[in-house]
Amino acid sequence: MIVADHLTVQLGDRTALRDVSFRVEQGNFLAVLGPNGGGKSTLLKSILGLIPPTSGSLSLGTGNSRRQSIKIGYVPQIKSLDRSFPARSVELVATSVLGRWPHRLSKTDRDVSMAALERVGAAHLAQQSIGSLSGGELQRVYLARATISEPKILLLDEPESGIDVAGTADLYTLLEHFHTEANTCIVMVTHDWDVAFYHATHVLLLNNQQLCFGKPETALTDVAIRNTFGHVGHKHDTLAIGAPFPTGHRHD
Amino acid sequence: MTPWQLEHPFLPVTVMTDWIQNAFMIRALVSGVLVGALASYYGAFIVQRRLSFLGSGLAHAAFGGIALALLLQQDPLLIAIPFTIIVAIAINWIRSETILAADTAIGIFFAVAVALGVIFLSIRKGTTYDAFSYLFGSILAISMTDLWIIILIFAIGILTLPRLWGNWAFATFDEESARADNHSVGRDDYALYVLLAVTIVTAIKMVGILLIAAFLVIPAATARLLSPTFFWMTVVSVCLGSLSAFTGLIGSYELDLPSGATIVLCQAIFFGLALLVSRWRSAPQ
Repeated sequence: MIVADHLTVQLGDRTALRDVSFRVEQGNFLAVLGPNGGGKSTLLKSILGLIPPTSGSLSLGTGNSRRQSIKIGYVPQIKSLDRSFPARSVELVATSVLGRWPHRLSKTDRDVSMAALERVGAAHLAQQSIGSLSGGELQRVYLARATISEPKILLLDEPESGIDVAGTADLYTLLEHFHTEANTCIVMVTHDWDVAFYHATHVLLLNNQQLCFGKPETALTDVAIRNTFGHVGHKHDTLAIGAPFPTGHRHD
Repeated sequence: MTPWQLEHPFLPVTVMTDWIQNAFMIRALVSGVLVGALASYYGAFIVQRRLSFLGSGLAHAAFGGIALALLLQQDPLLIAIPFTIIVAIAINWIRSETILAADTAIGIFFAVAVALGVIFLSIRKGTTYDAFSYLFGSILAISMTDLWIIILIFAIGILTLPRLWGNWAFATFDEESARADNHSVGRDDYALYVLLAVTIVTAIKMVGILLIAAFLVIPAATARLLSPTFFWMTVVSVCLGSLSAFTGLIGSYELDLPSGATIVLCQAIFFGLALLVSRWRSAPQ
């Protein structure tokens, strides 16, 4: 489904991704972990086709199919969105069908958008303005938008940021549904080690270069995590007491 | 006064007959309403993209172009339009291709264009009065050629609306998702900057360099306060933009006030009213 082969991406004079190779299939759930600035979002943008590879390759689908024909759903980081934009939730969902902002929604577009909102349990938000939604609600609207055309690949960028714990639990239940029932290939950038461990089928650790790729139980080893977050060589004496190692400690 | 007017002292009969007979006033009204509508249409995007400074920046860039035209003894629009388009393209290029933000790019070109303008004017012999008349604008300055240019850019705005409005609106809210779905976001941005540059240059003659930014910002901001969706924000913005240009021009004619400033004050009155309405609406019942 997604095959990265020695993928290198240069952003200006900075190498965001160096020599990254992995392969995930349909129905897989890939969690991408790593420090901020480690190239996680760059990887998502490469999959979306927004940033071309500098060298190596990134191919989607099965060999012959063209990138345009592969449907990709994308849920961006909610905190980076402009909430002052005047819009109703249902309009945002409809952009996925139309490819542009709707002026007036036709009945067909409205019905399709409402059905997508219903699937993620957000039908009641349809007429609300996006400025009045909580982070979790807006994310759910985006999830409806991303899944409206039953994408083969679903990308999520730090879905847990700006959302409370109950909200993320609901989100992961929904993702499980898409992953198991619709056989969608999910790629999720996250800081949440638990979700990587319990929900993902594969884990990719990135710190501009690939440090580890594999099943969660093999990839999420102490050594790999230390390498990813650069803990080798500097101590956190006070923080380490009583704190389970990776959780709750982020290099933001 | 006629006996009829003595009976109805508050009906401005003479007003109606007076300005309607003035060819220059008709030209000013038509061009004012068209420019008002067009600027506040683009303004809806400018306000939501937080580019309010762009209007001011491009107007000052136009000053450089106008000064160059005066130096070369050419029609100011002929030089100022391509000059401002180049600046607009450069600002968008820096914004999208470098790590610098849009307001930084605008700040640089704003100053450079004004500096060039001042140098062009100093090289040129004679008075600088004609250049400085562009700072405040005048309805008297609208020629038949100007009116045709305004009609032309208005027509371009209408013709591109079905394709560009939806694309611009989507990219305004979430540029990344828009890019992922639609491959023309970069090209559409250049179109927005170029159309904006042309609109600003043609509006300068009437409104003046110092006040043109208001045309982009105030009606759109007013519309934002009143509208639940971006479609309605655009509609309300365009209506307010042309309505305030119309009332402002009539007001400036009747009260013998500068046209640009009077239009801006009309826009401000609408903004004030909208502010009251939106506060009243959101107040706990």
